[in-house]
Amino acid sequence: MNFDMSPYGIFIWSTYGLTVLALAALTFWTIARWRAVKAKLAALEKI
Amino acid sequence: MFDWLFRYANPARFMGLSGKLLLWLAAATVLTLGCGLYLGFSAPPDYQQGRTVLIMLIHVPAAIVMELAYGAMVVASLFSLVNRHILADVAARTAAPLGAIFTLLALAAGSFWGRPMWGAWWVWDPRTTSTLVQFFLYLGYIALWNAIEDETRAARICAVLALVGAVNIPIIKFSVEWWASLHQGESLVSGKIAPVFLWPLLLMILGFTLLFVCLWLVRIRTLILERRVRSLMGAA
Repeated sequence: MNFDMSPYGIFIWSTYGLTVLALAALTFWTIARWRAVKAKLAALEKI
Repeated sequence: MFDWLFRYANPARFMGLSGKLLLWLAAATVLTLGCGLYLGFSAPPDYQQGRTVLIMLIHVPAAIVMELAYGAMVVASLFSLVNRHILADVAARTAAPLGAIFTLLALAAGSFWGRPMWGAWWVWDPRTTSTLVQFFLYLGYIALWNAIEDETRAARICAVLALVGAVNIPIIKFSVEWWASLHQGESLVSGKIAPVFLWPLLLMILGFTLLFVCLWLVRIRTLILERRVRSLMGAA
């Protein structure tokens, strides 16, 4: 694998950085919401 | 004709099947994205664009998923209007925020690619402009859902908006042929991409699509549970 991006490194790494950040946040937010709702339902079903 | 679909559109059946599928889909997502990135970063620089060709591995898959997500919304909206199925409303509603994020990624990656290749961060080109319109369509759809309190009414109105907005999909696709455009024309199906770039691109398209499907399924499951929570709280 070749990680030498010169002379366009700033554009390429910015694209990948932004993508990883956006998709990781989206995945985290989606899973966190799923877990929260699941826990709320479990608590309600116990009552 | 759609009997098999309605069988799985039962929320209980859907929860069971999607629960079993999710782990496999997540594993396939990681595998395809890993292989795509490995092949992409191992490829030599393009003779004209140098290593900026690596931005293609984000820009093109994000743009394809953007259209795929809207296509899913249109099909779900059609089922929502014709069959009045609750799962169709949920499917359409949950696809919209994902579509918006992938549209934003396609626009951002295009911008980072455009600066070194076109000399500008943004050009009011038919392809970029119609993609920006698509982003606003997603935002409008999400805002409309949140603005109407009655969910049944919101589902009907949003389904109509999704169907009307479908006119933008062929505009995005054919904009580079219909109008003079700085954006390059279609090169995936016509075989204009060298295999050394084509294979990583195909893997990344598959990986982004699988990621979209995984997130979409989890969001549908979440909304189904949220409805159950609301009905339990209403009964209490």
